[in-house]
Amino acid sequence: MSERVKIAVRGMKKSFGPKLVLDGIDLDVREGESLVVIGGSGTGKSVTVKCLMGLMEPDAGSVKIDGAETIGLGAGARFELMRKFGMLFQGAALFDSLPVWENVAFGLIQGRGMARRQAKAIALQKLGAVGLGPEVGELSPAELSGGMQKRVALARAIAAEPEIIIFDEPTTGLDPIMADVINELIVKITHELGVTAISITHDMASTRKIADHVAMIYKGRIIWSGAADTIDRSGNPYVEQFIHGRAEGPIQMEIRAL
Amino acid sequence: MLDFLARIGHIFILFLQAAGRLALFAIIAISHCVRPPFYPRLIGRQMIDMGYYSLPVVGLTAIFTGMVLALQAHTGFSVGAESAVATIVVLSVTRELGPVIAGLMVAGRIGAAIAAEIGTMRVTDQIDALSTLSTNPYKYLVVPRLIAGTITLPLLVFVADIIGVFGGFVVATYKLGYNPGGFLGQTWDTLKTDDVVSGLVKSAVFGFIVALMGCYYGYHSKGGAQGVGAATTYAVVSASIMILLFDYLLTALFFSS
Ligand SMILES: Nc1ncnc2c1ncn2[C@@H]1O[C@H](COP(=O)(O)OP(=O)(O)OP(=O)(O)O)[C@@H](O)[C@H]1O
Ligand SMILES: [Mg+2]
Repeated sequence: MSERVKIAVRGMKKSFGPKLVLDGIDLDVREGESLVVIGGSGTGKSVTVKCLMGLMEPDAGSVKIDGAETIGLGAGARFELMRKFGMLFQGAALFDSLPVWENVAFGLIQGRGMARRQAKAIALQKLGAVGLGPEVGELSPAELSGGMQKRVALARAIAAEPEIIIFDEPTTGLDPIMADVINELIVKITHELGVTAISITHDMASTRKIADHVAMIYKGRIIWSGAADTIDRSGNPYVEQFIHGRAEGPIQMEIRAL
Repeated sequence: MLDFLARIGHIFILFLQAAGRLALFAIIAISHCVRPPFYPRLIGRQMIDMGYYSLPVVGLTAIFTGMVLALQAHTGFSVGAESAVATIVVLSVTRELGPVIAGLMVAGRIGAAIAAEIGTMRVTDQIDALSTLSTNPYKYLVVPRLIAGTITLPLLVFVADIIGVFGGFVVATYKLGYNPGGFLGQTWDTLKTDDVVSGLVKSAVFGFIVALMGCYYGYHSKGGAQGVGAATTYAVVSASIMILLFDYLLTALFFSS
């Protein structure tokens, strides 16, 4: 991990109609660091990463990547910038018209212009790394279980070896053992390959394993961030409540009695 | 009164906005048609989907259209019927009914399929996933469909023209008892390149419209399965209306002199 800031987000805001989702997100991610974003369901974690990548346009704020402002980039420059990113979508978002191996190889074949045969070999190797055998490569995504789709999506996100990888809930829907395999894979990718990673998760075991840094989002703002090993001594009642999973505390779920 | 005018003005502005968005979408898509990378494999696959698999439905509608035309012409023009029937069948089919009916059938079959497929890709983040994999969704999804639509519909209409005239021929000779040779001769004499070509140009425009509306509504769909359903409906309805509108405009353009 270097001290160079890879991604700097300042004052990022986003509303959908009258509904304010992001209310001024500030976030720094250093090169080669693994940042984990935690926060309740529906607090805007997925929207944050989509705005940060430019898949959604934030209403206000600044996103600098490698020191260069990315808000307001033209279509061509934005397209070039996308090459730096890989993303595992929360809902997997596999292309259902293509077999599994072609999904994984997609970035290599279409983006890099690699020969199909060579790309297929790499795709099968990446599938192996997420615990899927070569026979899975010939199936169509609709034939896979939810957890398998997630792992294929993970293989696809890492296949083209981007500089920044975003994992939106990489271990949700996986059994605990496979979840740990995926955690180790993410650790390996960040520590060995020097990739900058942002992961979104609700899973504290996963957070402890993969995070160098943790940021907690609540009501559209980052209310706490710090090194992963300080999370148990944060002194922040919101964080305490979240990591211990208590219903009582400052975070009130909007629930009415039955 | 003022309130009423304000309402009309508001609706008019909304309409202009929608038209502007559609035009912008079309311009962006067309600009990507002429810049690499190109995806010939995808164009080929779309052409097979749109053309080959539409043959049965377009062929059936064409043959019945030709048959009905012959029957109507026979009952409607009792004087000098033999030549009139052939003339009416061949002119109506090549100039008008071939392109319009094939266009409408393809709008239902292909426009809906395009909107549903691209719409599902949108609401399941697959379109965003394309962008993160260094692939431009316009080039990968929209352009192949626009090109395939523009090329395929004229081919389809050409076949439909032949089948339609054949339908008329069958009814005229077997049911109405006309002389086959006379009917064919009259058909041949009436047939002019201009008529066929104008019909094919129309159908190229219709093919573009069908693909464009499917892509546009699919691309901008939101809100899960319901949103995709709505996108599909809008795509078919708007493509059908625009086909009829452009049919009038193109006819006025071609045959104004
Ligand atoms: N395309 C959209 N249109 C309208 N509202 C949206 C859209 N995307 C997200 N939202 C709203 O933004 C809020 C935050 O959504 P987001 O998906 O970022 O939540 P999240 O933190 O990722 O939750 P989870 O942990 O459940 O995935 C939600 O309340 C959601 O209703
Ligand atoms: Mg989410």
